[in-house]
Amino acid sequence: MKILVCISNVPDTTTKVKFIDDFKKLDITGIQWVINPWDELSLTRALELKDDTSNNIQSVTVAHVGLVGAEPTIRKALAIGADDAIRVNAEPADAWLVASQLANVLKGESYDLIFCGIESSDFNGSSVGGMLAELLNYPSVSSVSNVKLENGQAVITREIDGGKEIVTVPVPVVAIVQKGIAKEPRIAAMRGIMMARTKLLKVIEPVAVDSLTEVVNYEMPKPRAACKFVDPENPGQLVELLQNEAKII
Amino acid sequence: MSVLIFVENWDGKFKKLSFELVSYGAKVAEMLNTDAVALSVGQVEANELEKLGRYGAARILSAVNDNINVFDSQAFTSIIAGFAQQENAEVVLLSNNNTGKAIAPRLSVRLKAGLAAGVSKLPLSTNPFNVYKKVYSGNAFSNVIIKTDLKILTLAQNSYEVTETAGKSVVTQVTAEWNSATVKTRVTEVQKQTGKILLTDADVVVSGGRGMKSAENWGPIVELAELLGAATACSRPVSDEGWRPHEEHTGQTGKIIAPNLYFAIGISGATQHLAGVSSSKFIVAINTDKDAPIFSAAQYGIIGDAGKVLPKLVEAVRELKGK
Ligand SMILES: Cc1cc2nc3c(=O)[nH]c(=O)nc-3n(C[C@H](O)[C@H](O)[C@H](O)COP(=O)(O)OP(=O)(O)OC[C@H]3O[C@@H](n4cnc5c(N)ncnc54)[C@H](O)[C@@H]3O)c2cc1C
Ligand SMILES: Nc1ncnc2c1ncn2[C@@H]1O[C@H](COP(=O)(O)O)[C@@H](O)[C@H]1O
Repeated sequence: MKILVCISNVPDTTTKVKFIDDFKKLDITGIQWVINPWDELSLTRALELKDDTSNNIQSVTVAHVGLVGAEPTIRKALAIGADDAIRVNAEPADAWLVASQLANVLKGESYDLIFCGIESSDFNGSSVGGMLAELLNYPSVSSVSNVKLENGQAVITREIDGGKEIVTVPVPVVAIVQKGIAKEPRIAAMRGIMMARTKLLKVIEPVAVDSLTEVVNYEMPKPRAACKFVDPENPGQLVELLQNEAKII
Repeated sequence: MSVLIFVENWDGKFKKLSFELVSYGAKVAEMLNTDAVALSVGQVEANELEKLGRYGAARILSAVNDNINVFDSQAFTSIIAGFAQQENAEVVLLSNNNTGKAIAPRLSVRLKAGLAAGVSKLPLSTNPFNVYKKVYSGNAFSNVIIKTDLKILTLAQNSYEVTETAGKSVVTQVTAEWNSATVKTRVTEVQKQTGKILLTDADVVVSGGRGMKSAENWGPIVELAELLGAATACSRPVSDEGWRPHEEHTGQTGKIIAPNLYFAIGISGATQHLAGVSSSKFIVAINTDKDAPIFSAAQYGIIGDAGKVLPKLVEAVRELKGK
């Protein structure tokens, strides 16, 4: 079996985002780029599955659609333990474009289990995984919190309202993951960092695809009114404000 | 032309989010000078279906098939895509919940329609079709143009007011295509809690962080939640420590919620936590540290020890509720 983990390259989650060009572009000065948190957890789970030799996994590959600037992030995934990487050399303009490029790369390949995250922490799109599955005509399972392999099938735990459901799906399948898929992201050890330099990072030129959506501009959240403080000795005053001023209880 | 709204049901019942969705869809239909058509898949009683009419659905399609026994994203995509074509939809609207997130991207490909996920306002304009959505996990918003003729939108929960209309609507029974032989998802086990208010449905949420110190101190949080008919939640370290179940973890890597009122008790307010709760209409923070970032996100705050403040707060709420 072969596993593919799709990774997106996003600003570190503590970044205070700022915009330039009349709020049309992200100001990238000083931004630390990281593997999207969900994808880091997917990669961790993929490597756990590979570590269990009974699963018989030949390789874990990471794929990214993006320009050369994203290579440090891809190398980080290799350092964590992915065997090799693919980068499609295109600006990831929207989810449709990204999914189409990934689908094109996968056409001639035979990955059994494909991981995507439930969303990228930049555009919060929740789109690429489902789109990719549909383009390849593979089944997809969303809101996934665990994946196991049994008898050549994927046994997947997914979140439903108020609980969980365990489903089995034949491979190839796209698992769109969320919380629980791995406890802590695996981190790169020194040896991994050394080895990452020599692992294969294949660069593929994109096919012609137009984006279907376009960001016009950005806005900052409206500043919230200053916090009103209530005497800690008298929380009754808070209840009074919630009832009569905010009118919510 | 039409705006097709996929309205999910839970054991044959709709929820507030269903009515938000129909209210929003009806307004978009009005902007486009067309009708809102609600699509329900699976067994729902007529009187429940008729409720959708009160929020502006001009027509309600009730698609049934006795064989539907699992949520399979491919099969549901086929059903919805079929009705989108039949109804000549210009916009297909779903909720940005687990189900919507599973289907909308597939529909986008199937119908070659641009997708905007998690819109939280009405379109700014319909030509070009310009929608508003959160980006950078709530640290910013974006105006996005969808360039295709057919558009797919998912609506962020609790971002649009339920609006009743006087409109009348007709319910039509139709058949949902379902071929069990080709459905690939098989359910082997279901674990469901019953009788609890779901975090994603709750209007009020009482949440505790590491400042609560230990699992034993959760009594007043649970009590406050019960008095307010609220759900309980927690920060990530709290669920990592096992003080509270994982389902309660809110934030960027947990649940993303938008209740009317969110109590953050002993929670510092890290950006990753705020990413899951910053869309709450009101935030109340209780924290010993006056400089905790949570106070910048909160409308009401108490600087103090939760161990001392909470019992008094519970008493005050009990008095208000007359219990
Ligand atoms: C990629 C990534 C994703 C993450 N995702 C999430 C996420 O989804 N959700 C999440 O919550 N976190 C997430 N985190 C972790 C986040 O960065 C913070 O570490 C976490 O939110 C802190 O939790 P806390 O506020 O409960 O604890 P702390 O930061 O330890 O804060 C405890 C607070 O309690 C106060 N306090 C102490 N004693 C008392 C008392 N007696 N009474 C009242 N107040 C008191 C303190 O002043 C402090 O403000 C993520 C981190 C990363 C790197
Ligand atoms: N540029 C990209 N290259 C590869 N995979 C991506 C890219 N963008 C998004 N993904 C994958 O799709 C998931 C969801 O992203 P999104 O649809 O952008 O919210 C991510 O967690 C990744 O697994």
